[in-house]
Amino acid sequence: MTISDRWLLPDGMDEVLPPQALRMESLRRTLLDTYYRWGYDMVVPPPVEFLDSLLTGTGTDLDLQTFKLTDQMTGRMMGISADVTPQVARMDAHSLRREGPVRLCYCAHVLRAQADEHQGGRSPVQVGLELFGHAGIDADVEIIQLVLTSLSVAGANNIHLAIGHIGIYRALMEAAGLDASLRHQLFEAIERKALEDIDGLVDAGVDDASLAGMLKALPRLHGGAEVIDQARELFTGAPAPVMAALDYLAQLHSRLVASHGNVALYFDLAELRGYQYHTSMVFAAYVQGYGQALAKGGRYDGTGGAFGRPRPATGCSMDLKLLASLENSEPPVDGILAPSLDDPTLQQAVQALRAEGERVVQALPGQDAWTGHRCHRELVVDGGQWQVRPMANNG
Amino acid sequence: MSTPLTIALSKGRILEETLPLLASAGIEPVEDISRSRKLLFETHHPDVRLVVIRATDVPTYVQLGAADLGVAGRDVLMEHGGDGLYEPLDLDIARCRLMTAGVVGNTPSRARRRVATKFVNVARRYYASQGIQAEVIKLYGAMELAPLMNLADEIVDIVDTGNTLRANGMAPRELIADISTRLVVNKASMTMQHERLKPLIDRLRDAVQARSEARLQEVES
Repeated sequence: MTISDRWLLPDGMDEVLPPQALRMESLRRTLLDTYYRWGYDMVVPPPVEFLDSLLTGTGTDLDLQTFKLTDQMTGRMMGISADVTPQVARMDAHSLRREGPVRLCYCAHVLRAQADEHQGGRSPVQVGLELFGHAGIDADVEIIQLVLTSLSVAGANNIHLAIGHIGIYRALMEAAGLDASLRHQLFEAIERKALEDIDGLVDAGVDDASLAGMLKALPRLHGGAEVIDQARELFTGAPAPVMAALDYLAQLHSRLVASHGNVALYFDLAELRGYQYHTSMVFAAYVQGYGQALAKGGRYDGTGGAFGRPRPATGCSMDLKLLASLENSEPPVDGILAPSLDDPTLQQAVQALRAEGERVVQALPGQDAWTGHRCHRELVVDGGQWQVRPMANNG
Repeated sequence: MSTPLTIALSKGRILEETLPLLASAGIEPVEDISRSRKLLFETHHPDVRLVVIRATDVPTYVQLGAADLGVAGRDVLMEHGGDGLYEPLDLDIARCRLMTAGVVGNTPSRARRRVATKFVNVARRYYASQGIQAEVIKLYGAMELAPLMNLADEIVDIVDTGNTLRANGMAPRELIADISTRLVVNKASMTMQHERLKPLIDRLRDAVQARSEARLQEVES
């Protein structure tokens, strides 16, 4: 290593400097205060866990995303948390064991083994909410409302909310009863909305004409709320869970229009994000100028089953670093500069000002560089008293 | 919305065949792309602009949201990985095949095969699926030379007419995939701009349909 590359950080790891770090921290406080006022209890997950507990019931995606190391005390493999949600689900199922609805929130650094272009770096700060123990639409609405509140607190305008329902795909695929290889190919084609590929695969594998028609229609059903009505017509005679999912989406639509009329709603009945993990409704929130979702979430019922206590669950997560980038206002120039002087009366004056909540920066002996203190006032002696005066020239 | 939609187009043969399709969907560049050294082009449609880039860069531009839409070959998409992209329309242009090829008369060993290609990811996946241990060598062009110079036992490349292969004493072997050209869409754009994108995609679909019908009539008459 030479001096010139000693500063180099690993791929996807970033440091946060002033003033961005201040924006991030004040947003973190605002968000957690908001969640507190909605009745969410804060939890702090461990940064490292045994792999068995970290990856139980989560699928291969998370396994690949998890940095691994050996615990030299036990010889067991450990993972550095890449997603807090399963950890919080374990806390609810195993550590807390409360009956009824449990509302939890968190804000934690996570590490990702692979840099995902869409998540930015490999060291996001994940902030999120989970609501356990209630299977109804009201819990989902509450989570979505908190996501929308979080985004507007962070400074987002024109929020677009994309909503899907994995239950529709699940029910249709179950009815189709395809073999594993064809099912996998169709899943991938639907994820890409590759209509020509989907039509070909369905023609090859599904004999029932009406079911084939529904599977072909599925990836074409995305857009405004009209999609739900179109789906009701197209899916006449579909398995019962499909109709239940459509009723649920229609209900969610009217609830959100009533409470958040300014949010653009988009429905995509073929959205399969988090298929290994989510069980029914999924959502993602987008903001103009960002090529990726700023918030993601949905329902993942049955979580905690691996720890002996399956529970209905719904929740969301966001990357604090990304959220903080929505706001780029400069931090205020609001400080008071105190001279470098060993004088008890000066120390008293400084202490009094700090106690009032003022930001007081005391100069150091011999200081001759004056950048970055963000002061617009100074402490000066006037008639034997320390007085705050506007600064002659802002440094 | 004030920001125009950006379409990323692949340079070269795909571009020539894409422009007539875009034109029949109502999108025409204000200047002749082939005569310009510019990379960013306005169109007569105030809402749409075009960028012309290397084919392999198109998925990256669209995936990261620098462009809302793109036109890219299936070969490039397979190599890049389709994460974060939709492929809602096959444009039915620049059709060809992605194949393995080797020197005529040579039987490749099953044990370990050296493969020269620019489609490294596709090649790795393909040979793994065939149960063949392959050592993949990345080259940027003139694949046909690699077996002749004993750099590789086999190549993975696009085969159109097969003339270049024949001229170098080689022949295509196994088909990996049929290749055509796809319209790709950024997921975030599809969500936020669907009111503008849907009609545009529908017009392109009509244009593709109309052209394939015209081709059919030509064949029949």
